[in-house]
Amino acid sequence: MKKKIRSILIIAIIITLVSPSSAQDDLMDLFENEEPVTDYVYATFKTTRISLGQSVENPANGNLIFDIQHHFGRLNQGAYELFGLDQATLRLGFQYGITSWLSVGVGRSTFEKTYDGSVKAKLFRQSTGAITMPVSISYFGSIAINSLKFADTSRTNYFSSRLSYAHQILIARKFSSAISLQLTPTLIHRNLVERKIDDNDVWAMGAGGRFKLSKRISLNLEYYYIISEQTSKDFHDSFTVGFDIETGGHVFQLFLTNSQGIVEQHFIPRTSGDWLKGDIHFGFNISRTFVLKKPKEFAN
Amino acid sequence: MKKVALLTAAIIICAVPFYGQHFITKNGHISFYSDGPLEKIEAHNKQVNSALNIETGDMVFKVLMKSFVFEKALMQEHFNENYVESDKFPNATFKGKVVNMSDITLTKDGTYEADVEGELTIHGISNKIEDKGTFIVSKEGIHGNSKFNILLADYDISIPGAVTGKIAEEIEITVDVKLKKFSK
Repeated sequence: MKKKIRSILIIAIIITLVSPSSAQDDLMDLFENEEPVTDYVYATFKTTRISLGQSVENPANGNLIFDIQHHFGRLNQGAYELFGLDQATLRLGFQYGITSWLSVGVGRSTFEKTYDGSVKAKLFRQSTGAITMPVSISYFGSIAINSLKFADTSRTNYFSSRLSYAHQILIARKFSSAISLQLTPTLIHRNLVERKIDDNDVWAMGAGGRFKLSKRISLNLEYYYIISEQTSKDFHDSFTVGFDIETGGHVFQLFLTNSQGIVEQHFIPRTSGDWLKGDIHFGFNISRTFVLKKPKEFAN
Repeated sequence: MKKVALLTAAIIICAVPFYGQHFITKNGHISFYSDGPLEKIEAHNKQVNSALNIETGDMVFKVLMKSFVFEKALMQEHFNENYVESDKFPNATFKGKVVNMSDITLTKDGTYEADVEGELTIHGISNKIEDKGTFIVSKEGIHGNSKFNILLADYDISIPGAVTGKIAEEIEITVDVKLKKFSK
């Protein structure tokens, strides 16, 4: 009998001693079984543009981004034009994050002396946990104002003739830390077109992706397929291949594209270059971020 | 007699994980700071989990890396994506002990020195650390403070070639937790 008692006690002590959870793990367990939180995906793309077109990323709340965008001339112009480097289309712009989900932008590009204003809103964010959402969805809208002098001053010219609009739904998914893809249904509306047969409304479907080659360099591809019939006859689909290189405060985007224009109203429905003929423009984007509104942890 | 033995056995098994009293917080504050020639880096996390067993001196921290807030959002993104790889290693943890717990009188208000040692895990890499902190005991609970340095290399956090020498390789970590008595 006594033997039995002793053996029960010994077994109990052994169980206690070999029990794998240490006292510290028990303390750690106090933080398990927490209510599930929503874990939002971040950094689907490195910047607010894939290369030419918009990505689902916005400037962070209170951040101002200064953009310098450059598309040189065509490579096939030869040595006399230094393979296009003698000409350039330039856009300078600012973007500002008003909240974590809403941003506004303004810019001016040399192509047709165009001013642009835009808004981008995050509607859904890809997430796991309490709220599961497979994709991020944003809306991008912009208005472009051609400020060239009117070609024909003998007729009545309206200011509204200068305006064109872009509407895009950006649908993106970060599949892994290395791969993100985006679909971009797009509508471009021009108030005035050159010929009667030209489309005032141009529909297009964009597709883009980012493939990380290392922690700081990614390969980006971007393609806009023109759906509207007349425009697809007269112009080429925009195709861009490029790299994102980030160095800390800056992100450099270097790319080759068949598009001369920089804003959506130009490069989506009006790309005249043909990749197969060598109508390829070298281009780059540089963006610099300024923190105008500090996070509350840093507000003194 | 047998019943007594069984009961004793049951008590030994059950009681061990539960004995002692816990002080706990879920919104402790940990910040880190490094001053390199290129970038001053500072980040704050105000959602730190920490618990202390006042009988045994066992102390733990659990820190969600994504909760660190940087002044520059881009820096925060780099921190999560390139430096600590938060998707792969979401939490940093500390499991250790206040070695001189018996010297700290919790019934008397005052400031006590605490010798803490244990295992710090960041970026999936664990290292033994040992440091001093202070415990300020009051009726509100235990207010723990500590400041110590770690080397990024010890945790396999690599600085990219382009910015080597511009970002400090040692960072200063400040811990500030207000632990309150835990009741279930």
